[in-house]
Amino acid sequence: MAKIKVDGTEIEVRDDMTILQACEEAGREIPRFCYHDRLSIAGNCRMCLVDVEGSPKPVASCAMPVNEGMSIHTNTQKVKKAREGVMEFLLINHPLDCPVCDQGGECDLQDQTVAYGSGKSRFDLNKRSVEEKYMGPLIKTYMTRCIHCTRCIRFSEEVAGVEEIGAVNRGENMEITTYLEKSIDSEMSANVIDLCPVGALTSKPYQFEARPWELKKTETIDVMDAVGSNIRVDTYGWKVKRILPRLNEDINEEWISDKSRYACDGLLNQRLDTPYVRHDGNLNATDWNDALNECLSFMKNHKPDEIAFLVGDFIDLETSYLIKQLSESLNIKKIECRQEGVRLPYSDRSQYLFNSTINGIEESDCILIIGSNVREEAPIINTRIRKHLLNKNIPIGLIGEKFDLTFDYEHLGNDLNILKSISDGENNFCKILDKAKKPMIIIGQSVLSRDDSLNAYSLIEDIVHQYSFLDSSWNGVNTLQLSASRIGALDMGCYQSSRSLKDIYADAENGSLKLLFSFGADEIDYSKFQNTKIIYMGSHGDRGASNSDLILPSAAYTEKDAIYINTEGRLQYAYQASFPPSEAKTDWKIINQISEMLNLNWGFVTLDDVRKKIKNQYPDLFNQVSADRPYKRLLANKASKISFDNKEIGSMIKDFYLTDSISRLSKTMAECSQIRKELRNGKAI
Amino acid sequence: MLKAKDKIFTNLYGDQTYSLREAQSRGDWDQTIDFIKKGSDWIIDEVKKSELRGRGGAGFPTGLKWSFMPKDANKNNYLVVNADESEPGTCKDRDMIRNEPHKLLEGCLLAGFAMNAHDCYIYIRGEYFNESVVLQKAIDEAYEAGLIGKNACNSGWNFNIYLHRGAGAYICGEETALLESLEGKKGQPRLKPPFPANKGLYGSPTTVNNVETIAVVPTILRRGGSWFSSLGKTKNTGTKVFCISGHVNTPCNIEEEMGIPLKELIEKHAGGVRGGWNNLKAIIPGGSSVPMIPKSVCDNVSMDFDSLSSVKSGLGTAAVIVMDQSTDLVKAIARISRFYKHESCGQCTPCREGTGWMWRMMEKIAAGEASPGEIDRLLDVTKQVEGHTICALGDAAAWPIQGLFRHFRDEIEEQLIKKIRAA
Repeated sequence: MAKIKVDGTEIEVRDDMTILQACEEAGREIPRFCYHDRLSIAGNCRMCLVDVEGSPKPVASCAMPVNEGMSIHTNTQKVKKAREGVMEFLLINHPLDCPVCDQGGECDLQDQTVAYGSGKSRFDLNKRSVEEKYMGPLIKTYMTRCIHCTRCIRFSEEVAGVEEIGAVNRGENMEITTYLEKSIDSEMSANVIDLCPVGALTSKPYQFEARPWELKKTETIDVMDAVGSNIRVDTYGWKVKRILPRLNEDINEEWISDKSRYACDGLLNQRLDTPYVRHDGNLNATDWNDALNECLSFMKNHKPDEIAFLVGDFIDLETSYLIKQLSESLNIKKIECRQEGVRLPYSDRSQYLFNSTINGIEESDCILIIGSNVREEAPIINTRIRKHLLNKNIPIGLIGEKFDLTFDYEHLGNDLNILKSISDGENNFCKILDKAKKPMIIIGQSVLSRDDSLNAYSLIEDIVHQYSFLDSSWNGVNTLQLSASRIGALDMGCYQSSRSLKDIYADAENGSLKLLFSFGADEIDYSKFQNTKIIYMGSHGDRGASNSDLILPSAAYTEKDAIYINTEGRLQYAYQASFPPSEAKTDWKIINQISEMLNLNWGFVTLDDVRKKIKNQYPDLFNQVSADRPYKRLLANKASKISFDNKEIGSMIKDFYLTDSISRLSKTMAECSQIRKELRNGKAI
Repeated sequence: MLKAKDKIFTNLYGDQTYSLREAQSRGDWDQTIDFIKKGSDWIIDEVKKSELRGRGGAGFPTGLKWSFMPKDANKNNYLVVNADESEPGTCKDRDMIRNEPHKLLEGCLLAGFAMNAHDCYIYIRGEYFNESVVLQKAIDEAYEAGLIGKNACNSGWNFNIYLHRGAGAYICGEETALLESLEGKKGQPRLKPPFPANKGLYGSPTTVNNVETIAVVPTILRRGGSWFSSLGKTKNTGTKVFCISGHVNTPCNIEEEMGIPLKELIEKHAGGVRGGWNNLKAIIPGGSSVPMIPKSVCDNVSMDFDSLSSVKSGLGTAAVIVMDQSTDLVKAIARISRFYKHESCGQCTPCREGTGWMWRMMEKIAAGEASPGEIDRLLDVTKQVEGHTICALGDAAAWPIQGLFRHFRDEIEEQLIKKIRAA
């Protein structure tokens, strides 16, 4: 600790702090443009100059570490003059176009000009203008506004791991650009929009849509992957205008993926806004009464073992609970949420959670990834691994298809038999695992959804127990889930032990399955259900709806209060930002209504009643998550003499931008997907 | 006046060749092994005793700078020689490299040994193509003769010298920008702290020295630190190579004693000011980045760090730019401002935006299109740049303008007013 003085007040701060951090600790606000907590220090905007006793020149506080006995002044005439000078320099070449700038109202330059500027202009020459740059379908550039803080460059190099933004030329001709004006090939690219302190990089899809003060802001949870990033949904009337990240140190820090941010325009397209019934091959609009009666008659006309329930990717915890209740009341055994086709007979939460937690990644000293393209399956987790790797340079191994994960790793091979060689202690990676004190294993769905997944899993469990993946304070076994609903649905028991989706396909094909009730399950192969009646409950007219005989329209994730449990097992509350369109209803209410018509006497009136019931039944779900959750072994023994004929591990995600019913209906995501394809084929502009 | 026997650069004009044989005949590479045997502390001590101050412009005591280098033998220290001589008016290093490269190489070995560095990089200005050829030949010769390389001079010390050519950016002469450039990055100055002595090239402790600083070290060791400090004035000791250019009869590089009166320097070595001393208008005494001094100051000032800073100028690189009465000083300084605007790296705000603004205002004043009040605005802008930037380029851009108006404001204002009245 160092004792320093800030404006005469003595304060004790950590030795490794910078003057800027120390001043903040002392409650002094230091203006800044280039400095950002999560990026390296550039010290180039010079806005944070402060006066340090004994130093003839003002000091850039963001870059200068504190020293014992330092006396800092943040409000002297010298400091004021320095700030005014920097503000003036930033403004001489900044256009006066705030009225037409999308950053207006949330612009650092605007705010700080008001607070620290001199209030008058002395510059009577021509302003510089800079050509716009193409940065892809998400980032709109207006480079004349750029103040060269280089946050975007540092973000892309350090956090996103793609060295695609940089500065060319020097002096006043310096320009920020993507070198060949190509689209940025990153899942995290749009975060530079939030980082840009001015209106140089703004959101292309949101361009001229609204002013920040016109928007209603709702803090909620993202459902585009299983990470559960914290987001803020900005709505104008009914429409979701934009989605921004919200700070959560445990999960997404302050980033979100481009899909979380921009799939929201899919919320406006192909919405199911009224119930539909299929008559003579055509889907006809109807009202809720008819639809629910039809639904009941479908269910009553079939025996319980002729019916299957499928739980989709966006189903919240409460709905999963009610679906499970419904299946139990009706004695339906075929209930499945694992759309990937996983068949493991889970018996404990720890078998399907990301046990180490996302924060735990930064404690780990070795990571073994099995069959997961973390970059596309969970960009936030990938970013965290990259961050940890840059700090600590830990060894990372990958078994499976070779992906560009934005960081260096050892590719052990795309061969499941490597698991065997590790389990037998014959692989070179064993030496690394031997030394590791807190290793992590990340198991991707592409391994678990294989037909021989039991064999693979038994080898994984064997490896886990041979090395120090598990001790009383550390659980290094992690399954990476792909969808927001999955953990909640598994926790509610919406899966068949030792059967999988593939068995349901088989039942449908041999005719023993007559009715499929699909709760927003859009990632399955509907061609297998050609002779099966299908009821679809969901929000978007995607794969499920077009194949169904009855459609019950429900709410999308921004339109309901709900609970989601992320891949770590962290329970989070999502809040309603807008309303379901037209006749569509909140999911839990639809199922509750069906239960009432079936006289099941659940007695739920409000969502809170459901939540109370869940809390009574599963109190553990509401606990804090931590990396010391004990792992319960799934398979008793290591299978003997395993060899994998089909040894290659595939990839779960075919197209990062089009993974679910909302993103598939988003124009922005379609554009991103198209451009990425062209980029990867080397044809892009 | 410096006696011939006290001259260090005896072949500054290339009377002899730069070859190793002739360099040795002039005394280079003599006793080198003995100095190494005396140990690094002795070398640093001797340099401290000589009171040698850095010859690149800032004038920091060299011995002190070397003593900042960590002594830890396991650490990978680097010596980097700054031969990116781009300061307008300065051409001393060029002659040294052309004609006395072995002085530099011997200095590299001794300095490198003193600061526990096994590797030395010489960063030479890209435009110095012929000089880089000469220097590379000299390095090859020294390797062949076993003077550097493995077991340099049979001392048991391994020492490698690498030559790196720059690509023509003035800013790469700033020590940390030079390191960035050497690492293959864009030449932009780094934030200090950490200083290069803690975290320099590739993150290792590094000392960056000017060519002249390193090149005088072998002679200091041979003749003793006290010999060097006996020359010149207190705290401004030794000899210095001055580059005299501009309106003089015989522009030249000349090695002289520190503290020689400016007038004597010009009259004795440069054939005097064109049209006589009374035709002198002003002199920029230390390369384009220091403020100019008018004739009245030039009459009596001595050429050393402290004397020049007491008249609000500086010795800088000791590049004396002489301007006679025919000079349009405003145009001259406007041209210098354009140079700094062109060479600003663009990293930090005051310099990126300020240099262009200052240049444009200077041009306006030079064209007589400004009102006298704009001079105040210009000076205020120079104050906003000065001291607020990451490196010294901001100061270097501001000082010439400040110097101009400090001494010639009345005259310039008068001209501006005349022009306004005429219009």
